[in-house]
Amino acid sequence: MYIYTEYDQKLLNERVAQFRSQTERFLKGDLTSEEFLPLRLQNGLYVQRHAPMLRIAVPYGMLDSAKLRVLGEIARDFDKGYAHFSTRQNVQFNWPELAQVPDILAKLATVQMHGIQTSGNCIRNTTTDQFAGVARDEIEDPRPWCEIIRQWSTFHPEFAFLPRKFKIAVNAAADDRAAIKFHDIGVQIVKNAQGETGFSIWVGGGLGRTPIVAEEITGFLPPRYLLSYLEAIVRVYNRYGRRDNKYKARIKILVKALGIDAFREKVEAEWQHMKDTEMDLPEAEISRMKGFFREPAYAQLQDNPPVFADARKSSPGFDNWVRRNCTAHKKPGYMAVTLSLKATAVAPGDVSTDDLFAIADLADRFSFGEVRSTHNQNVVMADVRQDQLFDLWQQLKALGFATANIGYLTDITCCPGGDFCSLANAKSIPIAEQIQRRFDDLDYLYDLGEIELNISGCMNACGHHHIGTIGILGVDKKGEEFYQISLGGNSGTNAKIGQIVGPSFGEADVADVIAKIIDVYVEKRIEGEDFQSTFERVGLAPFKEKVYAAA
Amino acid sequence: MQPRKIIRNREIVSDTFTYVTDASQLPASGDIIVDLPVWKEHKTALLNHNGKIGVQLPGDAEPEEIAEDLPKLAVVAIHFSVFRDGRGYSLARILRQRFGFDGELRATGDVLRDQLFYLQRCGFDAFDTRPDRCIQEALKGLSDFTVTYQADANEKRPIYQRRPT
Repeated sequence: MYIYTEYDQKLLNERVAQFRSQTERFLKGDLTSEEFLPLRLQNGLYVQRHAPMLRIAVPYGMLDSAKLRVLGEIARDFDKGYAHFSTRQNVQFNWPELAQVPDILAKLATVQMHGIQTSGNCIRNTTTDQFAGVARDEIEDPRPWCEIIRQWSTFHPEFAFLPRKFKIAVNAAADDRAAIKFHDIGVQIVKNAQGETGFSIWVGGGLGRTPIVAEEITGFLPPRYLLSYLEAIVRVYNRYGRRDNKYKARIKILVKALGIDAFREKVEAEWQHMKDTEMDLPEAEISRMKGFFREPAYAQLQDNPPVFADARKSSPGFDNWVRRNCTAHKKPGYMAVTLSLKATAVAPGDVSTDDLFAIADLADRFSFGEVRSTHNQNVVMADVRQDQLFDLWQQLKALGFATANIGYLTDITCCPGGDFCSLANAKSIPIAEQIQRRFDDLDYLYDLGEIELNISGCMNACGHHHIGTIGILGVDKKGEEFYQISLGGNSGTNAKIGQIVGPSFGEADVADVIAKIIDVYVEKRIEGEDFQSTFERVGLAPFKEKVYAAA
Repeated sequence: MQPRKIIRNREIVSDTFTYVTDASQLPASGDIIVDLPVWKEHKTALLNHNGKIGVQLPGDAEPEEIAEDLPKLAVVAIHFSVFRDGRGYSLARILRQRFGFDGELRATGDVLRDQLFYLQRCGFDAFDTRPDRCIQEALKGLSDFTVTYQADANEKRPIYQRRPT
């Protein structure tokens, strides 16, 4: 994990002081609400339905036990005893008092955490694959590059007032687990024909009101140019992105309006002035950053040790959990474990103070003191010894984090929705619960195979409904909450935006409609075919027919 | 009337310049900052003006519109119609870093304390802060941070070129 230098810490401390002054001036009336708005947003502070909401950055999802404990203490001392993992790997508190936010930020700063640029029209937290550094299919660890981008984007003087928010994701594996084609900029680590590592850069993807799959702006960028190229893209966007209509202000609209070729020309023209200057990343800096993400002290082990194999044989529950919630690791004898924050009747992504402490203790005991948050609102312990998995499983079971549903229908990604968010048109958490209750038979779930179900409470699409295999969008119809359903979305390498089935459904009917959709899949699938493939083969029509058939 | 105060080179000073948005109001002499259309239309006459000349640009101006004239100008002002419009930040860096403008680069319009640190890093060295706000208070905004990561208009080296090896 990246460890702050004195320089980084100083910057953070100065930020805490700055925000304290800004809050005091606002509370005294020296700053208007309008003037305070972008200042507080750039510190992650929203004014919400019941109370302010404070979003804490978790850079590319990396947390350690010290950070988890401080998050737990903040949840206990300043909130109602829980924190929420968001769909962008961040953590949110729903009940802080505005006047206490400077104290919360000061406390976070003691463990190198903050709310910097977690909201507002600036460059947001850079996200990546939750299995970064341990995945078998990765070209190299993306996290040093994420940290390089984090430092470049933190308080970038030119880009604090962009037309709209700006999100960057980095993926380094063959499989895209960071949804890079749905980001303002997606960075894919690639190798060229000569075997050199570089980046392909994707631009103009996004969800929200106008979902668009990103287009490739350059196929191979040498590593030293990463920051100059990003700076050129953001500068072109800052200068030419629309500012007259917030719904048309994202970079995707500019890229579409100009066309990717004309957009590329502008970027390249800008870049000519930036490349081969002091902005180039020196080899020394790249290796310094890589030094922070060296492998932990792995033991020399064999895969499938007897104690692990025996436990799998004697405990079907354990064996099942290993199959569903554990992921292969590049090191023999290790696995990555996903803690499911998706037990039925718990808001997806919510974790209590006690559980944050407990996860911290387990991370120390089983996974070198580190965890990662995922964009599906779960938590990963990336480096667990196979011969300790049974132990860990028992602990997780007791905590309620061992629901063996990772990647299945009930592993629902879900925004806070109308229960908390002032933007929402409809609630989303109760819909998740309704579906989880309906599909409570795990064997049936496994038979259905991998299905991503995503719920957003409004067009802003924080629940990423466009890219769910099944997507649910809350809409408001004359004060009543309705739900529009889409099928066939995909956040991965085969990026696709889901197709809307048709008119929306009432709140009480959502689980029934999902059940009908599942029935169609079960009826139409060919042996071994997953939902996505069946959908792509048979199309929308049979699903449409079934869900709108007269009862 | 008290002369208007601005921040220049981190000090509060009286401003000698008058803003001229309309050619009919051009004074016979004295330091003036004229809007870009006035400059374009009356450039030849203005070059013989008895006093220093500045030009005020909107944030969405193309730098090429003024690039050739930069050596003749004492001041380039970039106007922020609203502080949230970030285009002037890019324009400032381009004028300073690409076109080498070394005269006074002044932020005008909705210019507030909490933006000054960023503005300064983009190359602004003068700030005509909003008249309803305390300028002494605004001056403090220039010192919010002592550390930075990126290259900017004043520091060509990003943090990774500044670290002792």
